[in-house]
Formats: sequence, structure tokens, C-alpha cells
Amino acid sequence: MIERCLGEALSAGGDYADLYFESVAATSLGVDESLIKSASQGVSAGCGIRVLSGERTGYAYTDDLSAEPLLRAARTAALIASGPAKQPVMDLTGGLKDTGRPQLYPAPAVELDPDLSAKLALVMRADRAARAYDPRITEVRASYHDEVRRILVAASDGTYESDTQPLARLNVFVLAKDDGKTARGTSGGGGRVEIDFFHDEKTPEYFAAEASRQALLQLNAVAAPAGEMEVVLGPGWPGVLLHEAVGHGLEADFNRKGTSAFAGLIGQKVASSKVTVVDNGTLPSRRGSLHVDDEGAATQDTMLIENGVLKGYMTDKLSARLMKMPHTGNGRRESYQQIPMPRMTNTYMLAGEDEPEDIIRSVKRGLYAVNFGGGSVDITSGKFVFSASEAYLIEDGRITAPVRDATLIGNGPEALKYVSMVGHDLALDEGVGTCGKQGQSVPVGVGMPTIKLDRMTVGGTGK
Amino acid sequence: MATVTEAVGNVTESDLIARAVEIVDQARRAGASDAEVILREGDEFEAQVRMGELETLKNSGSRGIGLRVFLEGAGGTHVASTSSSDLSAKGIRYLISGALQLARISSPDPMQGLPEAASFGRIEGDLGLYYEDVYSMPVPERIEHARRAEAAALAVDPRIRNSDGGSFDAATGHRVLANSRGFASSYRSSYCGLSTSPIATGTSGEMQRDYWYSSARSISKLATPESIGLEAARRTLRRLDGRKVPTQQVPIVFPPEIARSILGSMAEAVNGDSIYRGASFLTGKLGEQVAASTITIIDDGTLPGLFGTTPFDGDGLPTRRTVLIENGILKSYLLNTYTARKLGLASTGSAVRGLSGNPGIGSHNLYLPAGNQTPEQILAGVTSGFYVTELLGRGINMVTGDYSRGAAGLWIENGELTYAVQEITIAGNLKDIFKNITDIGNDLEFRSSTASPTLRIDGMMIAGA
Repeated sequence: MIERCLGEALSAGGDYADLYFESVAATSLGVDESLIKSASQGVSAGCGIRVLSGERTGYAYTDDLSAEPLLRAARTAALIASGPAKQPVMDLTGGLKDTGRPQLYPAPAVELDPDLSAKLALVMRADRAARAYDPRITEVRASYHDEVRRILVAASDGTYESDTQPLARLNVFVLAKDDGKTARGTSGGGGRVEIDFFHDEKTPEYFAAEASRQALLQLNAVAAPAGEMEVVLGPGWPGVLLHEAVGHGLEADFNRKGTSAFAGLIGQKVASSKVTVVDNGTLPSRRGSLHVDDEGAATQDTMLIENGVLKGYMTDKLSARLMKMPHTGNGRRESYQQIPMPRMTNTYMLAGEDEPEDIIRSVKRGLYAVNFGGGSVDITSGKFVFSASEAYLIEDGRITAPVRDATLIGNGPEALKYVSMVGHDLALDEGVGTCGKQGQSVPVGVGMPTIKLDRMTVGGTGK
Repeated sequence: MATVTEAVGNVTESDLIARAVEIVDQARRAGASDAEVILREGDEFEAQVRMGELETLKNSGSRGIGLRVFLEGAGGTHVASTSSSDLSAKGIRYLISGALQLARISSPDPMQGLPEAASFGRIEGDLGLYYEDVYSMPVPERIEHARRAEAAALAVDPRIRNSDGGSFDAATGHRVLANSRGFASSYRSSYCGLSTSPIATGTSGEMQRDYWYSSARSISKLATPESIGLEAARRTLRRLDGRKVPTQQVPIVFPPEIARSILGSMAEAVNGDSIYRGASFLTGKLGEQVAASTITIIDDGTLPGLFGTTPFDGDGLPTRRTVLIENGILKSYLLNTYTARKLGLASTGSAVRGLSGNPGIGSHNLYLPAGNQTPEQILAGVTSGFYVTELLGRGINMVTGDYSRGAAGLWIENGELTYAVQEITIAGNLKDIFKNITDIGNDLEFRSSTASPTLRIDGMMIAGA
């Protein structure tokens, strides 16, 4: 049947066709006002059929996996090309092979788990821990979400791969009230892990304490400063800087079309020589990790910027072929209803040699930002923002008052040239990142050691 | 039973309602005290053209079902939901047994449960939400429309040498909501859109991109490809050769397409879900002055043909017109059934129901009525200020009202738009921002479900060089 569909997909003269079968089973639980107010489960399944003809893409999908709807979707996608069939479908009768790849995460069954007591216990524990943290914590919401996604990719070039991808995440949101003031704190984490992770590695109590700590801190925050200044970013989640400043700009589709601020800059200096950035889909258990991408290609550890010099882009099959560049296994999609495109996996800066304390000490007047809400970027102009949710003033080399939420803005191809110090304390984020591009969301990871930027604009309201 | 057939309906319409009612009954027989089913069917088409060549064609349809079941218990009502794309008999049985099992582990909540039967209903008559003609153009002509929009932009100026393409898309949807307290109704909707996004290169080699679009419920109301291309080109060219300005406090002028995001923040601040838990800076402010006395903000789900119009909300209540702010005074929150009960108020018909989970809250057609100044008159009153053409990021804290976002735009000097400005932020606090709206334009137009005229806001901080 798969070969018949691929044959039908190429019947109008396409160069390449693939079928992407996907089934997802997801569970969400939420505690709110100490009550389990939301409990939901969902399943979805479908197949997306893609045909490439030169630079053109034809796409159709169906949630009915019987023969006739699949063939109809194949014929719809085929219409992108116009001509007689010219491409034979490679023999797929060998079936799935043992690739010998290391296993990065477990492969649970794709079915809804009827016993939710262990998952319920997680959110209830988070609720209790946050309320016990401090009497000023007045409102707590905790949620647990997990899914198991199983994919099968079969393509006319002989690709035939399947993967089972677990993903779990625990989130805590709290409000602190004191003396007429209210502040929020959020925390969360997870990855391609099973429930044991929340017992053995990052417990509900850990996330509850972290969210509560942030909220209490914000009760006494002062206005963030406004203007250009020295900025120190802490390790871990502040790596969202890399995701926005350089990550998106190095996705191959934008560079193939010449619409990225990084187009044509390979081999050129785009950061200080202390900066080395990779995109690595092969880290065990990480939120952005994958055995194979959504085109069935193995993910890899890809050098993006080495000692400040731009080395390469993240590619999918289409861009690698059209740009004659190495294929890096970065073709991802949100679901079977979407066309794959180059996306990040886990993007991070390698550790340097500076002591984090020395980095803080070197700043006369600046901002030390350790937690962020998120960010975004205009790929073409290169301007990017990311919003600090926990940050402090640095005065005469010392961390002083916490400041209120503020957005930082910079220019992608320039910002990393001002990186003057890089700590030895590389950390990856807790596992909460979701990246949106052209309406498609995919889970990603980021990471960074403590770094110092000599210049960046901080969007506060104060002096 | 409040079963109503749409003005533009067909045979499958009532079939689908009957199917939803059948599933509700089945869930009741399986043990649910109450049940609610949402059925969604939809199809989509998209054609993308880039540099004159067809790049992507996508055409497909899908459907989904969501079920909520309620169990009456000691101390309140238990609720849970399941969703699926499998509408087979076996799939439905699985959906029901799963939801009942989940409901048993949820906590009893005295505020939970379906609305009272008397509150159900829908806006009668043709709301102008569905036009079959969105698919009436043959596919080659849809591609040609996208190509013409892009070509018109590329032809404007030699500095426009690249493009992120032109696109034509269309979609139709059919939505059914039925519950065990007698509500069963549905509506269809249609959409089509045409857009293009040109890229221009400035004197330093820096590139800028902007875009323009037209969207409508009927293809006959879509703007011409050429007018879209010309406007997209104008917007892109004016961004070229931008510079950073010094950090300072000046008046900021928000044109309609940017000002609407400020209104969106207001809708978030009056969201009942944030209000009852104290997570909004407007909690407890009903009856208080929260905006300048010239400001009125309305949410209206009943306006025919608009993008935020629906005959009923996600709880099965008729949509209505709600004045949120009148002459600067906070008059109402946006509430669904659950949050209204929590606050001891009446629902404003603002429930938003996805396939899974409990209903959330959203605005319908949210707008600030037009004032009487032309945009030119507003600019003329600014000696030195900033005109925003793009906001970046989501740096808004609803708990405190702190607002800080990346921005690009044009500098205003002596009432005139001058050079381009980029890589700056604008910041303030929403509590002050609404009080500091000093001018309201006469240029209100419902291009999307949230609409604002041009606004001038004073007192915000610009951070730049």
C-alpha cells in the first residue's frame, strides 16, 4: 500500500515523494485552587503526503488511513508536478532495519494510560509544596502534560524509518501577595522522559520552590533600566538568546531564498572568537532531541558557529538538495497536517574558560538576567527580542536589586560580536521550550554558559 | 430542543447535529450526569508563489470530536474531557469510557457544570459567516492571484529585489455543539485571504521585510492583488535605512494594525479566568476609572460578517454586545459560565471551546469606537515622537501590567513622518498606558476580530542607543 501511494504521488512527474504517518496519544492534568479541575486525554492519527518537483512542494493529508483516502491524498499532492511519471520508487520491501543508533529516550506504547494516579500525585505535590513554601503564596496552578508520538516515514528515495517519541512536562504557576502588591512566578521542566524523571531528577517540590522563589523576589523588584548597557546572561534557559539571535537565521530555507540576515555569510565572522554554537539533536532525554527527524533522517550534532565564524546552516532534504549543502537532519513538522521545514533541535553555546564570578565582577553598571519568558525574531532584518522575567542590577561588580520584567533587543548578526566573556558553566534549560515558525510549534532545547555582552539594549522604564 | 438550521445549510448539517446528540445520549447512558460534544469539520487550501514561481500547494480536510462528561458527586461536579479524530463507533465508545474514567479522578467542584438550560440560545438569522464562493475560483486562478500580488510589489521600486512570496488561502469549517441540557446547534464559516511579503535592500545592504493582506469571508470582498502588492511595497520601503534613537520619553502614535494589539492586552486583562484568581492588574476594579475618560471599549459577537462573530459561544450561550470600558470606567469582565459563577456574575457569552479541555475565554469583535481626528491631525500634534509599525515579542506581565516590547517604526518630527527607526523597545505599564491615550483616530476598520483606530499614547519610555 505504501509503495502504491508513493507511485501514485509521483504519477505526475514529481522528483520525490514521502508519506508521514503519525499517531499521538496525549494526557493533560491540572490542579487549580488545590482541585483537579482539568483532566483530558486525546488521540489523533493521520498521514501527510508530500511531493517535491524542483523547488515546488505539493501536500495533502488525511485522518482516514484506509486505502482510498490515502490514494486520493497522494493524487492531490501529485498535482504539483505536471508530466509523465519519471521517478521510480526505491524498493522498500526490506522493512524497518536496526540502525544501531544509540537510544536517546524510551519507547513507551502509544496508548492512553488508564492509571493516572502517579501523574495526579505530581501536580498535587507541586500544589502542596508551593503553598507550604511561604504564606505569601496565595494562588497555585500546576499542570502535567505528556504525549507519546509514533511516526513512520516512507519515501521514494528508500527512506523507511519509524520512531516512538515520548515527551513530558510539569509546570507550576504561582502568585505571591504582600502589602497590596502581587507578583507571579513560573517554573517547569521535563523532556523526552517518563514519569520516573519527576521522582528521581526534578521533583514537583523543586519546580514549586523555584516558581515561589521567583514570585517572592518580584514583590520587591524595582523598575528595569532603559538603554544600552553591559548585560550578563546566566547559564541555561537564557540560551534562548542563541535561538533568536542566530538560530532561526541559520535555518536553511531562509538562506536558500536569501531572506535571512545571515544569507551569504558562511566563512565570515558573525560573533566574537569566544563563541561556538551547535545544534545537537542527539542528546539523551532532551526536549529537542530526536532519533530521526520528521523526514526520517538521523539527527546530528551540527556546528553552526565555531570560534565566531559561521560554519553552516541547518538543512532538511529540500534545502540540502537545492543548496548542495550537507543534510543535517533538521526537517521537522508540528503534525501530519504540516509540511516539514528546517527547524532547530537543541541549540547551545559551548563552555568557555571564565569564572562566572569574575564575569559579574567585571561589570560596572549593567543587568544580570537569569530567566526569560520567551523571544522572537524578524529573520530578514535580524532584529530579535527576548523578555527577562528574573533579572538584577549589577552595580560596581555586585548583584543588587531585582528588576521588573523587561525586553532586551539586539541585531542577530551583530549581537554576539559583543560577547567578551564566556563562563565554564554550560547548562541546558529545564525542558520547557516550544518554538513557533510559520504557524508550526515544535519542542526545542536551548543552553548556554554564563556570558557577558558588552552592549545590548534593555527595555525598561527606569534610569 | 434548541436545534436550529442555518440559513445557508445543507443535508449534512442536520446529520452532523443528530450525530452529536446521539453521542451525548450515549455518554449519558454510560453513566454521565451531563455530557457535551463538539464536532468540527474543516478543509483548507493554500497556494504559495515565490519570485513568480509556484512554490507550495496544500489541499486537505480533517475532522475532530471533543467530549466533556460531568459526574454529580458529593461536594460538587466532576468533569473531564477526551478528544479524537476517530469518529467510528469503536472510537466513540473509547472516547466515552475514557472521559468517564478521567472524570472519576477529577475533584468535585461546586462551580463546575453545564449552564442552566434557560441560558442557551443562538443569534438568529444569517450572520454572513459562510460563503461557498471561497473555493469558486479555479486553482490556477488562485495561484495567479498570489503571483499578481507578489508581482505588483516587486514592480514598485528597484530596491525591492526579493520576496517571501505571495499566497492565497481559503478554508471552510463546520462546528457543532450539543449537550445533555437541550442545546444542539451548529454553524458554518468560510475564510479566504491573499497576502504578499516583499523584501527590500537598503543603502547599507541591510534587508527589510513587511507585508500586507486582505482577508474576507467571501471571495467577492477580497481586495485586488495589485492593491495588496502596492501597499506591501510601501510598508517595506519605508522601513529601509533605519537607525536607533536615543533613550527618551516621547509621545507614541499607534496606527490601527498596531493599536489593536493594545486592545488585545485589555481583553486579556479583563479575562475572567485571570480576574477570579487575582492574576490581572484589573482584578476588583469594576466601576473604577482604568482608562482615559474618552475611552470606550466594546466586545460584540453579533456583528454580521465580521471575523469574531459567532451565533453562540463555547458554552452554547448566545453571543452578545458587552461594553467593557465606558468613558474610562471598567464596566464588565469577559466571562464564561464557570468564571461567572466563581465571581457571582452573569456570563458575557465569551466561552471559547477547543476540542479538548474546559472552555476558555476570548473576545469576539473587540473594538474601540472611532474618534473624530484624522490620523494626519493626530500626527500634526506631535513635535517629536515615534510612530510604531512593528512590535516584537510578548513582554507583557498581566499580573503587574508591566509592558516592554521590541519595536520598529518611523520618527515623527514637527507632525511629519521622517526616517525609519529600529532596534528599540517601548515600555510602560498598562495601568498608565490606557489612562494616557490622548488622541483617538477616525480610522476604525474591522480588518480582523480586534480593531482599533489610530491612538496616541503619552508617557511611555523608548530604550535605544
